[in-house]
Amino acid sequence: MPKPSPTKTPMREQDPEARGKNFDEVPHGYSLEEAKAEAKRCLQCKKPSCVNGCPVQVDIPGFVKEIAEGNLWEAITVMKRTNVLPAICGRVCPQETQCEGLCVLGKKMEPVAVGNLERFIADWEAEQAECVMCEKLPATGKKVAVVGAGPAGLTVAGDCIKFGHEVTIFEALHAPGGVLAYGIPEFRLPKSIVKREVDFVQEMGAKLRCNYVVGMTKTVEELLEEFDAVFIGSGAGRPWFMGLPGENSLGVYSANEYLTRSNLMKAYLFPEYDTPIVRGKHVATIGGGNVAMDSARTALRLGAEESIIVYRRSRQEMPARAAEIHHAEEEGIRFEFLTNPVKYIANDDGWVTELECLRMELGEPDASGRRRPVPIEGSEFRIPVDTVVVAIGNSPNPLIPQTTPGLEVSKRGTIVVDEATGRTSKQGVFAGGDIVTGAATVILAMGAGRTAANSINEYLKTGEW
Amino acid sequence: MVRARTRTQEASTTKILKKEVLAPGIKRFELDAPEVARKAKPGQFVVLRIHEQGERIPLTIGDIRAEEGVVVIVFMEVGKTTRQLGTLEQGDEIADFIGPLGRPSEIEDYGTVVCVAGGVGTPEIYPIARALKQAGNKVISILGFRSKDLRMMEEEMKAVSDELIVTTDDGSYGTKGFVTDALKSVIERGEKLDKVFAVGPVIMMKMVSKTTEPHGISTLVSLNPIMVDATGMCGVCRVTVGGEMKLACVDGPEFDGHQVDFDELMTRLKVYLTEEKQSLEAYEQRRTEHQGGCGCCGSKEVKDA
Repeated sequence: MPKPSPTKTPMREQDPEARGKNFDEVPHGYSLEEAKAEAKRCLQCKKPSCVNGCPVQVDIPGFVKEIAEGNLWEAITVMKRTNVLPAICGRVCPQETQCEGLCVLGKKMEPVAVGNLERFIADWEAEQAECVMCEKLPATGKKVAVVGAGPAGLTVAGDCIKFGHEVTIFEALHAPGGVLAYGIPEFRLPKSIVKREVDFVQEMGAKLRCNYVVGMTKTVEELLEEFDAVFIGSGAGRPWFMGLPGENSLGVYSANEYLTRSNLMKAYLFPEYDTPIVRGKHVATIGGGNVAMDSARTALRLGAEESIIVYRRSRQEMPARAAEIHHAEEEGIRFEFLTNPVKYIANDDGWVTELECLRMELGEPDASGRRRPVPIEGSEFRIPVDTVVVAIGNSPNPLIPQTTPGLEVSKRGTIVVDEATGRTSKQGVFAGGDIVTGAATVILAMGAGRTAANSINEYLKTGEW
Repeated sequence: MVRARTRTQEASTTKILKKEVLAPGIKRFELDAPEVARKAKPGQFVVLRIHEQGERIPLTIGDIRAEEGVVVIVFMEVGKTTRQLGTLEQGDEIADFIGPLGRPSEIEDYGTVVCVAGGVGTPEIYPIARALKQAGNKVISILGFRSKDLRMMEEEMKAVSDELIVTTDDGSYGTKGFVTDALKSVIERGEKLDKVFAVGPVIMMKMVSKTTEPHGISTLVSLNPIMVDATGMCGVCRVTVGGEMKLACVDGPEFDGHQVDFDELMTRLKVYLTEEKQSLEAYEQRRTEHQGGCGCCGSKEVKDA
């Protein structure tokens, strides 16, 4: 066996300058030759550590081997045994801390580009006239309600269908996908791909009801009258603000609003689409996570002359995925590290004109293990802005906890579950994803969905709680 | 197991059962929405989106007939979306209709209540007034319109009120003046008023709250900020109530009128003035230029033309 190349097979991308002006996807994907070359770098470890890093336990060496040998139908079949959303995971998983982070190659050189290969095989399948359907067990006659058509809910739906249960997904918005639809921008995850993956879950047999707000249109208790089990994957909700003076000035958005307008409502196509969005020239985004990167990069594409990330810690502590930070830097996003906003200044019409900030320095490590940012006295300065996006996280949506008696909720408003099973305090009700963990990642929500689906199946088989 | 793709998408459109013009530019739809009707309570609202390119707009529920599965909405044609909505006819379908949303009005037997509505707020206060009446309250209703031609639902409101006062700004009908003038005279009669409900333009709700505050009469107002998802996720509907940030969609839409920062709300409602104007102008231009029949626009647009 020849020695693997020390670096990943690079994926071709749109030129940074050109892409800053369009919403098209940034990476182009692998050709078959590139994919095979990359797949051949895999050492096919007998005891693969990469799989341990995957929240849904994809058989990584298995599908990579099939790609290396050019057996693409086999590759996608292996993939879909454990993951019904590969085109999404290949694009948005933080591989560097999961599969690729544990890849043996990574000790001496670059790890195998598992994410790129996952994306390749999913996109290849989408181009074929046929697709791989997962094997379904015989119908059980049991009915499962899934609340929320986001990553957690779609995973539960796919798995429960495979177990032979009837599944209905209830989605509050007019389109399925959850954060994949409203949160992650087109240039990072094209909506046609979200649609394709949701279609697949429906092709497998799940029913989808959009425009259905569980907690309002029907409560969880009412669902329990019709369904044998209910999974709650209603996601993160209420955006956090900093409580600063002037925060309600015009031009100040939560990231949820900014991204929902642009992604779900397609405000970047206004006035062809009816939903407007402020096309700021000087945009500051507060925060250091993926959502902040998405917001700042969206601002650039909406025509910002300057799009700045304001983050209170340093680059090292930024929670965003490495690829997102890299892409943002390439596109010319300016980073103001160790900077914390203290107030907004608005003009007479109520529009934000400046963001006043304090410089910070890093002190002792805090509870998260990261060094705590401490303000430097007298370091106030102002950034001229016409738009600010607050991307500092969100708390869980309260609608279901408020309307479901007997459902235990934490002080933070998250639903309390048994981590090993996803069971809540209420019989027949399971939960997973951001509504349980607070804002996290797509793949963690999918992992929680996988866990919950297994225990739903167990519960429906045994009736034991 | 490889097999051909089979795509199925369940349609979930909402049909317009009946359309009425209540006053110039003010239209009333009865919609076939059994799941919403089953749960809706006075004071709640719905969100709708007319078509795939449409925006989501919140509308207060005008009436609910649960047994028939009917939800009533009344809207004033102000921007592109409401104008386009107004072009739809009986039998047409709305792409997305979501609800009920928001907290219901707190209906109980307060004693004597005053229901104050301005313009298109009238159909919105109607189910509240009716529920208050049914709960045993003495209901005094005050309705304000700009002029005689714009008044609506007088008979319906009379039926659920012990007393009905109608005002017009220009004096062309009822008492000349604003609803606040009528409210002042009711207060001055010396009768003990236990609660005031106000639904209408922000400035009206502000003035009603200012009128009742010195008398210590508890006042609830129904706020109408801009919304997108309307389920507590986006935060655009944030309002300041008693110095705290509240989301009108999940914490409201009704709030204590004496605690609401109305000026901030009025400012925040102006955020998209430029875009709203641009959108409306483009729409109106398309409608006048476009007489239909050429087939260039697809079936959906023909109706607008």
